[in-house]
Amino acid sequence: MAIISETTRPVAASFAGLPLRTWQTLGVALVFIVACVLPFTTSSYHLFQLTMVLVYAIALLGLNILTGFNGQVSLGHGAFYAIGAYTTAILLDNTAIPYWATLPIAGIVCLGAGFLFGLPALRLEGLYLALATFALAVATPQLLKFRGFEKWTGGVQGIVIDKPSPPAGVPLDSDQWLYFVCLAVTVPMFLIGWNLLRGRTGRAIVAIRDHPIAAASMGIDTAMYKSLTFGVSAMYTGIAGALGALAAQFVSPDSFSVFLSISLIVGLVVGGIASIFGVLFGAAFIVFIPNIADQISKAAPWAIYGIFLIGFMYVLPTGVAGGVKRLGSLLGRMGKR
Amino acid sequence: MQVFWHQVLSGLATGGIYASIALALVMIYQATHHINFAQGELAMFSTYIAWMMLDAGFPYWAAFFLTLVFSFIAGVLIERIVVRPVENAPVLTVVIVFVGLLVITNSLAGWIFSYTIKSFPSPFPSNAWYASSYLSAHEIGMIAVTFGVLLLVFLFFRFTPLGLAMRGAAQNPVSSRLVGIRVGWMLALGWGLAGTVGAVAGMMAAPIVYLDPNMMSGILLYGFAAALLGGIDNPWGAAAGGFIVGVLENLAGAYVVGTEIKLTVALVLIVGVLVVRPSGLFGRVLVTRV
Repeated sequence: MAIISETTRPVAASFAGLPLRTWQTLGVALVFIVACVLPFTTSSYHLFQLTMVLVYAIALLGLNILTGFNGQVSLGHGAFYAIGAYTTAILLDNTAIPYWATLPIAGIVCLGAGFLFGLPALRLEGLYLALATFALAVATPQLLKFRGFEKWTGGVQGIVIDKPSPPAGVPLDSDQWLYFVCLAVTVPMFLIGWNLLRGRTGRAIVAIRDHPIAAASMGIDTAMYKSLTFGVSAMYTGIAGALGALAAQFVSPDSFSVFLSISLIVGLVVGGIASIFGVLFGAAFIVFIPNIADQISKAAPWAIYGIFLIGFMYVLPTGVAGGVKRLGSLLGRMGKR
Repeated sequence: MQVFWHQVLSGLATGGIYASIALALVMIYQATHHINFAQGELAMFSTYIAWMMLDAGFPYWAAFFLTLVFSFIAGVLIERIVVRPVENAPVLTVVIVFVGLLVITNSLAGWIFSYTIKSFPSPFPSNAWYASSYLSAHEIGMIAVTFGVLLLVFLFFRFTPLGLAMRGAAQNPVSSRLVGIRVGWMLALGWGLAGTVGAVAGMMAAPIVYLDPNMMSGILLYGFAAALLGGIDNPWGAAAGGFIVGVLENLAGAYVVGTEIKLTVALVLIVGVLVVRPSGLFGRVLVTRV
């Protein structure tokens, strides 16, 4: 199932005298600088939204590693987001562990959960995996409400957690501090993801998507790679969930319904399947569009999501990132002329 | 023991709904090898149409059959407009289009009919002569309607030329086209029929689960479980799977896990069947040549 071929990138395209790679580096640097300056210029509500963009970007990166690069369709990543969020909330509620230390724990818990779910998922291909993960997404809120776990999960009421406050001597308010905590997690997560995917491992992951049999005959341990990819993907989404819980200061079963998983799919499609930096567009889309569309009707955000899902599949299957890339190579070709 | 039989029988009744949904899923799967994630939401929307007509003063059975006609046309239109462009697309694309369809239908229903929960009447009066302490009149009626639908679908596919053409188009599109069957239209008809069967399930379920835009999410999950348990390429297996799942769900809810995490039963069933016996109880074992 070759969805997107990565070979469309022109080898030495250039624009306005500089090679495209330089433009890409400049673009990344610019995004980073803007990301550092923004929190000092916006209201605290907008800052919360920006924090959520970072959170969703990590979650989407996780989903993209699995669905975009490895070709395993997951409609249930909201479940791993929920596991991450609940891990952090439960740890903060019951133990004296500082909030930052809960993030790696949430990551490890989700790595394990994803790996375990990935094992039976190995036997499922394409459509059936989508079905199984969809079932997981639908069942998640009920599992979180389950009375047997109520002692820890707080049942229907959920858990309220305190907002982390900046360490003494840092001239930031708590919203800004939280934003920078998220940024400090996002950047390394992206670097790790980028490194993972461009190397030998990444080529193996993509090869399994494009031609599993050929990949296996090249000596790739398909089963191991697939379950590990599932684990790593769940880990990303789980860490995002943990950060999301800190940002929202609250977890409850109903915030992790099947629609969270669908939101993540929307972000994936809009940003661009199998694109690392596209997930930023996707994350911004799923954070800001509901706010704008809510003014029309309560149902409007989802109607718009649905239309974008189908529309992008028809018109721009590579998402915003693919569109930008195509535009870039177009400009590059015009520059050469 | 009486409680046990009560659970089994009312499980059979809800199983009828799952069987209908599973049958609708299998109809589409057989023809196009797509799993329609929006099947439940389409049924929900049809039920709202029925509610609208009842609200406008139509008698129940008139509203019932008009809704079936509407659902058939809607199914055909959706196949023609939305599904056809991605007919041969990769799995991910198809799944995403179906999820988009699910989301659009859900929000459209919420937009037009609001998210407040509505009650939906049952055509079977609660004090009818066939009601008993084991099964309410609606449950008996539900079972009867399900069997009626199954019988009609069987007769249609077994004894009519159109049914034969549709089976041919699903099994061997190339040869069917050579003998003059318009395969594309057969697929659209399949979608129409699936929409109709789904609408029956929606209207039968609504008096029990009440009418709201999210009413079908649990039912759809059980429909998936039923279709997989029976074998996703076997309509009769799927129908049998529906009844089995209905009984299992009720028994598990009553004796094992409690009613709160019934959906997890469906999850476990789905994953379990896919892992242990992907072809289901009555399905054909697929062998892929590599």
